[in-house]
Amino acid sequence: MSDRSPGANRPRLTLHVPEPPFRPGDEVDYSWLDIPEPDAVPRPDETAAPEAIRDLAYGLIRVLDFENNAVGSWNPGLPPETLLAMLRKMALLRAFDERMHRQQRQGKTSFYVKSTGEEAIAIAQTFALDRADMCFPSYRQPGILFARDYPMVEMINQIFSNNADPLKGRQLPIMYSAKDYGFFSISGNLATQYPQAVGWAMASASKGDDRIAAVWCGEGSTSEGDFHNGLTFGAVYNAPCVFNVVNNQYAISSYSGFAGSERTTFAARGIGYGIPALRVDGNDALAVYSATRWAADRARSNLGPTLIELFTYRADAHSTSDDPAAYRSAQERTEWPLGDPITRLKRHCIALGIWDMDRQAAMDLEVAEEVLAAQKEAEKNGILGHGLHQPDITMFQDVYEHMPWHLKEQSEQAARERAHKWPE
Amino acid sequence: MARMSMIQAINSALDVTMGRDPDIVILGEDVGYFGGVFRVTAGLQEKYGKERCFDTPITECGIIGAAIGMAAYGLRPVPEIQFADYVYPGLDQIVSEAARLRHRSAGDFQCPLAIRIPFGGGIFGGQTHSQSPEALFTHVAGIKTVVPSNPRDAKGLLIAAIEDNDPVIFFEPKRCYNGPFDGYYDRPAKTWADHPDGEVEDGHYTVPLGKARLVTEGNDLTVLAYGTMVHVAQQVLIEHGLSADLIDLRTLIPLDIETIEASVKKTGRCAIIHEATRTSGFGAELSALVQERCFYHLEAPIERVTGFDTPYPHSLEWSYFPGPVRIGEALERLVKAEA
Repeated sequence: MSDRSPGANRPRLTLHVPEPPFRPGDEVDYSWLDIPEPDAVPRPDETAAPEAIRDLAYGLIRVLDFENNAVGSWNPGLPPETLLAMLRKMALLRAFDERMHRQQRQGKTSFYVKSTGEEAIAIAQTFALDRADMCFPSYRQPGILFARDYPMVEMINQIFSNNADPLKGRQLPIMYSAKDYGFFSISGNLATQYPQAVGWAMASASKGDDRIAAVWCGEGSTSEGDFHNGLTFGAVYNAPCVFNVVNNQYAISSYSGFAGSERTTFAARGIGYGIPALRVDGNDALAVYSATRWAADRARSNLGPTLIELFTYRADAHSTSDDPAAYRSAQERTEWPLGDPITRLKRHCIALGIWDMDRQAAMDLEVAEEVLAAQKEAEKNGILGHGLHQPDITMFQDVYEHMPWHLKEQSEQAARERAHKWPE
Repeated sequence: MARMSMIQAINSALDVTMGRDPDIVILGEDVGYFGGVFRVTAGLQEKYGKERCFDTPITECGIIGAAIGMAAYGLRPVPEIQFADYVYPGLDQIVSEAARLRHRSAGDFQCPLAIRIPFGGGIFGGQTHSQSPEALFTHVAGIKTVVPSNPRDAKGLLIAAIEDNDPVIFFEPKRCYNGPFDGYYDRPAKTWADHPDGEVEDGHYTVPLGKARLVTEGNDLTVLAYGTMVHVAQQVLIEHGLSADLIDLRTLIPLDIETIEASVKKTGRCAIIHEATRTSGFGAELSALVQERCFYHLEAPIERVTGFDTPYPHSLEWSYFPGPVRIGEALERLVKAEA
């Protein structure tokens, strides 16, 4: 430590450590949050030059106004059947989350992550992509699998790590992998999928394919080098890739200020890379669809990547291992000015006259029944911790394509231990 | 057959495989038009096009991450990390992603990568162009680690690595790129022109992964080495008139334990030589395996000859390097030891 030189008339330096606007028990007032009117940032042509549309990184793309109407140039004009299909998938995901969360609390699995409040994002985005496009999700986008009709039973088998688990009990619950559904194996390490998605997109481009890649991370993990390496690669090679940042305000307990939100938007990260950047109301399924479609069409036209910030709120805990009451005000969720994505789409469908509360109530019952039936089906294959559902040898398989001698030796040890602990 | 340096042999392996399989792509810093800082990829962009051999931004994380995504698409990428000392920013992508992808997805995805990495010292590269970090990789489940010592093996091993469906770390001993290095830095450099292993087949052939090579056969002792140290060990054995099984491991994981075990049981004495730092180096693993499997045949303590546990020093490079004096001392101790 050096002494301050005598007579130097310099202010003492101070360290800034961000502090969220609200803590437990605080009155929540979001009046400082700028929510522009729909179409405050109109939809440009997909071929627009990135430097001509920088305002989109600082605005907020909205379609649904507070009167539940779809308005403005971003309105995708989706037919009623598509609106209702999205609504149903979102309701199904929420019902699934509720039941799976309870399964974890009942001890049938070790861990679960809900998508509550973020259902519009993965579901509306997947509706805007082609079925053959490749998704590189983070852990809060199971909506992709719902939108692509992946069997719920398979998801629950994975969550229960049972003897029908397609991942053979190797992965933490919800870290699905479904290549046939264009769904890349989820990593628990954050943002690693960013450069991977770009590599996939580069391969697609180099082969003259017409499929594009889409990738997701949270606002917290934009701090990882992988995020920036991915954007650099994507920009350099003009990769057909849609970069998504789900800004749900929280990385476990750390608010978005720890990823830089005090200074600028997450969409603005794209400006430095010279790629188009859109900031979207993530609780507005139509805006999410429209922005994603814009980026996907652009990528498919060889115009390269787009960065989309999906501005939303993580309405529930980070995971079953987390208690948000310990660090944030419970009022945040109820006061969130952009509401709930399912409620907003439902009200829009009712306003259009294609839906009503009775049908909504009936649908809620149906999706709950569907989930229950899938759970019962999956539970026949076992739950975590009750008996041994995967033979020990599966731990040693797939480490290498062909098992080397040292793993064979170790698997023999495992077999001896198992015979000792659980004599058949 | 042709005379090749190790650089030419590796270039030939890339050329031969790229010619046979359109899914093989090369990416890395300066590997494209320029052909790489060691010239290993020279001419490949011109021959196969910019989409199959191209320069990258300076981000090893991005290079490995993108290669993993390309592999998930169905390509067989061969990324180059310019120096082993630069691989660390890419370590998470190698360790947490490439190595585990097949296992964590239960075979849904696989990751056929051959990551080429020049390694080792002896070129006055200082602490950032000289390291031998192989033990970081042998410690990780799901990746293979290969180290050739000569042009013929380099070509055959690299083709095997590229055609393998597991991620392979392919360490190229850059001190031996242009000739076998016997440890005498102050003598005129030798080339591969008159070395028997500089004779390389032109077309496609493989040297299987997981198979060591008995370089010399003898009864006094067993020497385990790989990369540059094979040549240094061979020179020291000649100078000291020792009759040894000199085993060039070629692949560290999977290890050819059968060859090692048979030899040590025959000789009863074992020396392990590597250039990397000593503590927790791959020599520690080798020593443990030999002890576990050959203890009752051992007639002397196992000797490890390694680099020191310091950063690779620039001006004191030849004090750091496990050269003929350090190796000679250890081998004499080993053969003279009496129980």
